[in-house]
Amino acid sequence: MNSGDTAWVLISSALVLLMTLPGLAFFYGGLVRRKNVLSILMQCLIILCVITLQWVLYGYSLTFSPDAFKGIIGGLDWAGLRNVGGQPNADYAATIPHYAFMIFQCMFAVITPALIIGTYAERIKFSAFLAFTVLWATFVYNPLGHWVWGTGGWLRELGALDFAGGIVVHTSSGISALVLALLIGRRIGYDRRTFTPHNLPFTVLGGALLWFGWFGFNAGSALAANDLAANAFVTTTVATSAAGLTWAVIEWIQHKAPTALGAVSGAVAGLVAITPACGFVNPMNAIFIGMIASGLCYVAIAKVKSFFKYDDSLDVFGIHGVGGIWGTLATGLFAEKAVNEAGADGLLFGNPGLFLTQCMLVAVTIAFAAAMTWALFKLVDVLLCVRVAKTEEIVGLDLTQHSESAYTLVD
Amino acid sequence: MKYIIAIIKPHKLDDVMKALEEINVNLMTVSNVLGRGRQMGVTEVYRGAKEAGSLLKKVKLEIAVNEDFVEPTIQAISKSARTGEIGDGKIFVLDLPDVIRIRTAERGVQAIG
Repeated sequence: MNSGDTAWVLISSALVLLMTLPGLAFFYGGLVRRKNVLSILMQCLIILCVITLQWVLYGYSLTFSPDAFKGIIGGLDWAGLRNVGGQPNADYAATIPHYAFMIFQCMFAVITPALIIGTYAERIKFSAFLAFTVLWATFVYNPLGHWVWGTGGWLRELGALDFAGGIVVHTSSGISALVLALLIGRRIGYDRRTFTPHNLPFTVLGGALLWFGWFGFNAGSALAANDLAANAFVTTTVATSAAGLTWAVIEWIQHKAPTALGAVSGAVAGLVAITPACGFVNPMNAIFIGMIASGLCYVAIAKVKSFFKYDDSLDVFGIHGVGGIWGTLATGLFAEKAVNEAGADGLLFGNPGLFLTQCMLVAVTIAFAAAMTWALFKLVDVLLCVRVAKTEEIVGLDLTQHSESAYTLVD
Repeated sequence: MKYIIAIIKPHKLDDVMKALEEINVNLMTVSNVLGRGRQMGVTEVYRGAKEAGSLLKKVKLEIAVNEDFVEPTIQAISKSARTGEIGDGKIFVLDLPDVIRIRTAERGVQAIG
C-alpha cells in the first residue's frame, strides 16, 4: 500500500464528483432556457445520489467482481461491498485500498448517465428519467464496463485500450444520446425558432469545472501518483487547449467571430477525445488529437445535426459520441509503448493490429449501446410515458416537475 | 389610434405572437411583470410561480395600432391566450393621441407601423 497513490486516487475521486456536480450541471444548466435550469441541476444531483447507491449495492459488483459468465458480466460476490475493504485488490490497483478504487470508479458510473441528460433536456418526465437512468446504468454501463475494464472482460482480453473511459463513458453515452434524441422527438417550437442558452456564463463556468475535474478523471486513472499520471495530466490539458483554440478559429473563419460557447464546447470535445488516449500517447500527438476532435465535433454539430434535424438538445452525441469515437480510434493510431509499457504500439508505430481492435471496440459499443437504449426507452415509455405533456413542456420542467422556479422577477 | 395592453400567461406568449403575425401585427413591446387579479394570486393548475406574497408572473404586451387593426388584434390575443382557466389575463384598450417615430420625426398614423 502506498500513501501517495491512495491520496491521489481519493482526491481524484472527489475531482470526478465535481465534474458531475457542479461541472456538468452548470455546463448544461446554462444551455437550457430559464424555465428548465433547475430540472438539469436536479437531474445531475439525483443521478449522483441514485447511482452511488446502485453502485455500492450491485453495480460495482456487476462491473468489476470476478467474471461470472464468459467475460460478459461480473458476479455478485462484491454486492453490497462484501469482500471489498481497506486492503488492495491486486487485479486492479495493488497500491491503494480496494475502497479507493471502488469509489473512484463510482464517480465514473455517476457521470456517464449524467452526460446523457443533455439529449432529452427540457422535455423528459422526471419519473421516466429516473427509471431510465437506473436501467441504463444496470444494463448498459455495468456490462460494458465489465467488458472493457473488468478482469476477464472479453474486450479487455482482446487487447482493446481505453485508458480513462473514451468508450465506456463517452462513446456509450453519446450513442445512447443519439438514439434517445430520435426516439423522444424534437422539442416544441424546434421548427419555428432557435433555443437560446439562458446563461452562457454558467456554461463557461461549468466547462471550466469539467476541465479541472477531468484531471482526476484522466490522470487519476493511472491509479497511482506516478509518471503515467503525469503523462495523462499533461496530454489532457494539452489536447484540451488545442481543441478549444481550434473550435474558436473554425468559428472565426466560418462566422466572423469566435464565441465563448464555441471555445468551451471545443475544450470539452478535446477532453473527451484525449480520455481513452491520455495514458498511451505523448503530448505532441495529443495536440493533434485535440485539433481533429474539434474539427469533427464541429461538423457533427453545425452541419450533420442541422441536416438531419434530430434534436440532440445539448449536443451529447456531437461532443461525447463523436469525440469519444475519435479518441478511441486515435488511441489505435498514436499509442506507443514508450509512453506506457502496459499499453501497445499503434498504427503509426508499426502495429496496425491495435487500430483494428480499436475499430472493433467502437463498433461493438455502438451496436450494444444503441440496441439496449432503444429497448430500455421503449420499456420506460410503455410504463411511464417518457415525455411530459405538451402544456407541461411549454410551461417548463422547473414548475411542472419540481414546483420551483430558478429566478425571481423582483428582489 | 389605440394603445392595446394585454396581460397574459407567460407560456402563452409564443401562441399570441404567432396569432398576431397571422393578422400582420408585428410591432410590439413585451415585458415580464408581476400581478394579481380578483383571486389574489390563487394557485393555478400549473402553479404560476408566486412572488412577493400573492403576485404571479405574467407577460405584458403593448401594441399601438390604427383603428382598422383594433378589433382583429383584440380577437387574436383573446383567442390565442385563452386556456379557460383562472388567470388568463386581461386586455386594456386606450386612446392614443399621437405617435412619433424618433428616427424620421414622422407622426401619427404614418409613424405607427
